[in-house]
Formats: sequence, structure tokens, C-alpha cells
Amino acid sequence: MSVSEGHRLTGELFIDPNRCIGCRACEEACSECPGHGGHTMIHLDFLERATSVQTAPTVCMHCEDPACASVCPADAIKVDPDGVVLTAMAERCIGCGNCVLACPFGVPELHAARDLMMKCDLCYDRTSVDLKPMCATVCPSGALFFGTREEVEDLRSARSLNVFEFGDEVVRTKNHLMVPAHTRVLAVTPTERPPRTPAEQHLEEALC
Amino acid sequence: MARLPAPAEALADAFGPHLSYEPPGGFAARAAPDRKVNTHCCFCGQQCGVTLLVKDERVVGIEPWEEFPFNQGKLCPKGIKRYLQNNHPDRLLHPLVRTGRGFGRIPWDEALDLVAERVGRLQARYGRDSVAVLSGASLTNEKAYLMGKFARLAVGTRHVDYNGRLCMVAAGAGNLRAFGIDRAANPWADIVSTDLVMVLGSNVSECSPITTDYIWRARDRGAKLVVVDPRLTPIARTADLYLPVRPGRDSALMNAILHAVIRLGGVDHDFVERHTTGFDEVRALVERYAPETVERLVGIPARRIVEAAELWVQAPRTMLLHARGIEHHTKGVENVLACINLVLATGKIGKPGSGYATITGQGNGQGAREQGQRCNQLPGARDIENPAHRAEVAAAWSVAESALPGKGATAPEIVEMIHRGEIRGLVSICFNPLVSLPDATFTQEALERLDFFVAIDFFLSETARHADLVLPGSLHEEDEGTVTSTEGRVIRIRKAVDPPGEARADWRIICDLARRLGKGHQFDFHSPSHIFAELTRVSRGGVADYSGITYEKIERQMGVFWPCPDADHPGTPRLFEGGRFHHPDGRARFHAVEYRPPAEDVDADYPIILTTGRVVSQFLSGTQTRRIGPLVDQYPEPKVELHPKLAGRLGVCDGDRVRVSSRRGHLDLAAHVVATIRPDTVFIPYHWPGERSANRLTLRAYDPIAGIPEFKVAAVRIERLPA
Repeated sequence: MSVSEGHRLTGELFIDPNRCIGCRACEEACSECPGHGGHTMIHLDFLERATSVQTAPTVCMHCEDPACASVCPADAIKVDPDGVVLTAMAERCIGCGNCVLACPFGVPELHAARDLMMKCDLCYDRTSVDLKPMCATVCPSGALFFGTREEVEDLRSARSLNVFEFGDEVVRTKNHLMVPAHTRVLAVTPTERPPRTPAEQHLEEALC
Repeated sequence: MARLPAPAEALADAFGPHLSYEPPGGFAARAAPDRKVNTHCCFCGQQCGVTLLVKDERVVGIEPWEEFPFNQGKLCPKGIKRYLQNNHPDRLLHPLVRTGRGFGRIPWDEALDLVAERVGRLQARYGRDSVAVLSGASLTNEKAYLMGKFARLAVGTRHVDYNGRLCMVAAGAGNLRAFGIDRAANPWADIVSTDLVMVLGSNVSECSPITTDYIWRARDRGAKLVVVDPRLTPIARTADLYLPVRPGRDSALMNAILHAVIRLGGVDHDFVERHTTGFDEVRALVERYAPETVERLVGIPARRIVEAAELWVQAPRTMLLHARGIEHHTKGVENVLACINLVLATGKIGKPGSGYATITGQGNGQGAREQGQRCNQLPGARDIENPAHRAEVAAAWSVAESALPGKGATAPEIVEMIHRGEIRGLVSICFNPLVSLPDATFTQEALERLDFFVAIDFFLSETARHADLVLPGSLHEEDEGTVTSTEGRVIRIRKAVDPPGEARADWRIICDLARRLGKGHQFDFHSPSHIFAELTRVSRGGVADYSGITYEKIERQMGVFWPCPDADHPGTPRLFEGGRFHHPDGRARFHAVEYRPPAEDVDADYPIILTTGRVVSQFLSGTQTRRIGPLVDQYPEPKVELHPKLAGRLGVCDGDRVRVSSRRGHLDLAAHVVATIRPDTVFIPYHWPGERSANRLTLRAYDPIAGIPEFKVAAVRIERLPA
């Protein structure tokens, strides 16, 4: 999709994995896009299905200083004036996959058939005509929300966060995660599995 | 003989299910549609608003309809991909007649004549009731009304029932007994303003996904969430309190919670005194259900049961929601009544943010149970055994009261009667009993014994494969009409495109059949709105009074909640305000419900509890969703979900092939080893036919009042199959 002149995004994406129900409405909605029909740029993962039904959508966070763009040898990944990190330019992308390896969030995908890195560009075709991205419009649980920080924090008890620590690296992003109210920075470490929810403990107490 | 006219493989080659992945013209077509049609999803009872995109007279995609207040653009994956059923290669385009080698084309006139001739011949020989009519709860109100009238006046049989018998009848019977009316007591907006949501037997996240957002909006305000379910579903995962009830023990659990509530002093004596009857019997009964007494039975530690009672008592406003998890039982009605007892005892109903609802399953799960296509019911949710109700309908239809047949058999009973040879002919629409009824092997035997079977369908369902004649009907987006959503909100279904080929709108087919059966003067309808006008007129004075509803009013108000008894009435979003219930004395009824064990409990031979249900990407018997590629890809095959403790005892690892056997048959499928289910219980989703059918394992045991099958408890054993 081409970027319309003078268009400014009116919102950002807020992702609340706690609300995610794993239904894949986001993937099905994204795959309706005429620009990449049949393929989704947002991905739903079961984190550890053997022990939990926790799921989470993974989508481009649109980093302020995107690692994918800085490692691209062909300078194919551009950032627009709104801070949206775009899908690789088809005429430049050499399909090397550096971006796939560099992204701290594991977002870009190399489409072998097209030899092209493709990822979420925050739905330029929709936001340019004042529509929200389809994933966030349809999400039945509100795990995806498109709007302003003020809007989402007015509606939700969780707060939004867009600063992530990967070891010594601090990554700031355009999109936000919704996190418990006291959280300021999310330190991403290769830890053991997350603590169980009360409900998961209640199941362990079941009398059989 | 209605054995398959050709090998199943040959029928599958010809009629599917095949998978559709792309709209006609590719995804680019949706960018510049010729028109947009605001309507609703064709699947579940949430009835989300959705906009269909039409190009070159074909449905090419959807757009969220954000103005519709219920879902505000939100959709589950089924709603997004629903449009792929249109322009589908499996679509039935011509009437089909059974031949020696499969199905062959037959002209409409010959097909309709054939129905009249065969139905007439059977009825002349075996009596009027030898022909049954099976209908569905995905039909619009107009079609549901028409089917009941068609069965009773045109076919003249008392045996008409619908597949809501597998869905809403336990909730409906419970509501009618307790409240004198059968409808969600509150609009969904009341969920948002409550202080505690208690969800029982409802995998909300997969079966009514939009409701998840309502619950979270309440939680954002500080509301607590209690979930009762043998499986730790996505909505249960984050609950404040999760009660992993043993399948089949819900009434005992609810009695124990009420026991604890009484102990905590949580009874609203003023409400009970002024607005109810029967509490003393309930109090005396639940005295024997101390949490400590029943904890082993229900499978939950007593202190958690008490915690549920504490949360309930502490919350100023509560919303109790339940669905098939507590209703698909031989005591489905009792489970519902036990839930209602808790609501009534604490007076938490009929107020903003306080009340109760059953979550309907099928698209018109609410409306299709009101318009008179149930074996025990006439239009307006009237009782077919009530002389005054009969007289009202007979007068509206200009027939003698004696011309109205009496109460007939339920849908599962109809299949049993077919099996016994007591019913010889079947007219069916919108129903795939071979997949959806319990004990599928038995259902297949029954279908093979029919003398004459005509199915109206848009795809050749597994059941329709057994038909002598198949009449191509209409998809949801090919006809006008109304449905009534889970909230009791009557909404408009709008036509986007014409039926393709020689397929016809269902209501035209029914009216044509009625003419062939000599009753054309009673079916002289020229449009769905014409049918609706008669439906609303006939409903006047009934429990489900639609008489003040018009298409125009629905569109203006974005839906109208019944009862709506006159043109100036705005509709009734919330029932029971001021503690006024719909029994003649204005009081709600308590019902003392003694716990009973399930019809088939576990034993040494079959030591594991089987419970069945749904996945988010499929809908009911799958006639539509098993033809939509992206939905099939999400969850292609049924798996049996079992806990690692059970898997360890059985020597089964995740992904192993296992055989699940019950007294009815067996199923070979992959094991899905997950710690999100009770260790004494396994789960299999039921959307598939044949060798993948969970209903080959379930049993023909029914609730004595409602006739709903016990899909949620059967006894099975599991063996690992050699690799």
C-alpha cells in the first residue's frame, strides 16, 4: 500500500496478552487484506499449551530504532514519518533474512515464494481512510486495541508500556503492551515458565 | 431404504466437504465492492453485526460493522470467514433425486410433486403422524414460524421438532418454570456494570467469544470473575476463582454454594418474601448440601465452594451466566433451576448490573424456540397443551382448535421412532442429526430405515446424503428476515445476493410444498416481511409477544427486545424490574433440586468421564464451517484432550494415537495431553462425522422434562494404539 500524503496515524496498537483467548480472529482478519490476501502479518502463539491455555498475538512493535532496518544490507526497510516500520521494499529486498534474526520480538517473516520480508505496517490501506487495523477492530476479547494511550488507559485497569529491556539493550516501540499497573519497564529474560494463575492452582486442587 | 445411494467417498468427491479459501475474484475484489450490506453473522446466538461486501452479485468479503451496538465491529474467526460459504463449489444448485448410482437432477415441479405424492401415500397408509418434520434453530423467525405452521397444517403431523432440542431446551424449560418466561433476564450491557460475573458450563472464549469483552469490561471496573467448568478454558485461566467441577455434579455444587450463602447470611429475605414462592423447601433441601459433605462428589475442596459463596454475597450486583455445560445433562433443567435458586435467594435480578442469562448457542437459538416449531409449543412461545393457547392460535390461523395436532415427539424421540418403524417419512431442514445427535451409529441405522426422506439444504450434509430427494435452499445471506439474539433482541437479517442456480429461498420452498399438499390458502405469503407480519400478529398475547415489532422499528432501534406488545412500546431490554415475574401471581418460583447421578457413571470397565463440546473455529455439525478452509486449518481434526496424570497412567504421550471406547462404539484419534482439564475427565469436540464423530461415543439418555441429551457425561476407556 502506498502511504498517502499528509496522512497521520491517529492511534497505536495496544496488546494485552492477558485478555487473549487464542481465537485467531486477528490472523483471519489480517489475511483478508488485498495487499497480502491469504497471509497474515499477525501471529497467534500458544505459549506452553501442555500446561496452559495462555496465548498471545505477536505483531510488529514498530521500534523507535528498529534493529531489522539497521541490519538490512540492502537498506530495504524504511520507517515512515509516523514511525511505522514498513514491509521491506520489494525492489530492494534480497531475501537474506538478517531482519528475521535481528528482531528482538521475532516478528519479520521471510516469504520464500516472494523472496521478500513481509510484516505488519499498521494497515496503511485502512488507517489512511480512517479505519482501524482490522485485527484490532475484530478482536473479540479486546486483547488488541487501536487508539491513543489516553483512550486505552481510560478504559482499562492495566497500564500501557513501550520500553523493553533485552539484557543491556533498551528497546522503545511505537506499539504498546498492556501490563499490570505497577510495571514501568519490561525486562525480557529467558526465565523459567511464568507463575501459575490462581485458576491454574485451583485446578491442581481438584478432587478426583 | 435410505441407505447411501453411492459410497461415501464418491459422495464426498461430488458434494464435499471441499475447502474454500479465497473470495471469487481474489482478495482484491473486496477493495472496491459494488455494495455493502449490514447484516449479522450466520453462526452463533451472539448474532454479531457484520457488513457483507458484494461485487458482481457475489459476496467477496466482510467488513466489521462498528455501529451495531452489541459487538461494535468485534468478530470471531467464524464471522470473518463466514462469507467463504458463498460461491462455494459444494453449493447445491438443483433439486436432486436419489438414483441407483448417487443423485441426479430433477426439475423443481417434479420434485415438489414427488414430495406430495410420497408424503400422501405414507400418511394414507400409516396415518398422518407417520411423517415427521425436523427443523433448525439457525433459521430466521419467519422460517421457524413457517415450519411449525407447515408441519401442523400442511403435513398435519404432530411430530415436528427442531435441533434446538440439543441446545436451548433445558435452559428454556428451567426459565419457564422459575420465571414464567424464557428469555435472558438482562441485556448484555448489564454484564459490564456488575460486580461479579459467575460463568457456569460455558466456554465463552470459544463458543460466544464476544461475551469475553463484556466480562473484561466489567473486570476493568473491578468486578470479580468466577468460572465453573471441568476444563480450564481461556476465560477460566484468568478467573479470580475457578471451580473445576466434576462433570454431571452441577446441581450438587449449586446447592452447596446456596448452603454456604445461607450460612453467611446472604439471603435477601425481603425479596424472597415479596417476590418468590418455595424458598422454604429449597432451604430445607440445601441444608443437606454442606460444602464439606459434597466436596468429594463435586470434586472441589469445600473451602473453594465457600469462597464462591463469599464472593457472591460480597458483590452488590451479580450476573450469573450459563450455557450447555450445565444443560446437556439428564438433569439439565434441574441444573438450571439450581442456578436460578441462588439468584432468587439473594434477590440479585431485575436490576441494572444484576441478573441472569443463559447464553444461546445457535444463531436463532432464542427466536427459533418461540415461533412454534417445537413439539410442545405454538407460536408466541405458547403451550400446545394449554386449551386457551390452542384456541388463540387456531383462531389466528382460521382453523378449528381440533385441527391443531397435539404435542409430538422431540427430535431425538423422532429418530427413535424412525428406528422403531413408527415414523416412515421425514421432511428436514437445517438439521444434521447424523453428526449432532448422540449415538451416531443408531442415528445412521434410523436414517437407513426411512421410506421417504426429503431434505432442504444448501450443502449436502452427512444426513442429507441419506435423502431420497434434496431441495436446494438458501444461505443466510440470500434471504430477508429476523432473528432473536441471545439478549432477546430481535434483529434484521438482510439479503445480500440471490440464491444461485436453481436454489430457492427456503420460505418459497415451504410455501410451494404446502400448495402441493393442498394447503396453499394458508401459505399465501409473498415475502418474509409478509410472514413476519403474520408472526407478530399471532404472537400477540403470547408469552413471546412480538406484536409491536416491525422491520422498520428494528432498523431504527438497532434491534427490539421482546416483549414488545404494541407499536409505541420501545421493547424490554431488562426483565423482572421491581421483582415482577411472569407467573400469574407475579412471583418467581424456587424449585428444590435433589442431586441425581448422571445416566452413565464411570465404573471399572469404563473408568473415565467423557465430555464433549466445541472449538472456536467450527460451528455445531460443521455443515458450513468444515467447508471453509481457513477455519478447518485452525483445528483440522478432533483430538482427545487428557490430563498428564491420566496420560501417564495410560502410557500415552502427546500426539499418540489412542482408541476411546464407550458402550456405543469407539473412536481412534490423537491424544492432546494438557494440564488444563480435570484428571478424571477427557474432552472431544463434536463437529465431525463418521469415524471422527464424538457422538459415536455419547449415549441416548435425555432430560425427562426438556428432552435434551446428556452430551456432557459418558463413561469411556482409553487405550494407546500401536504406533
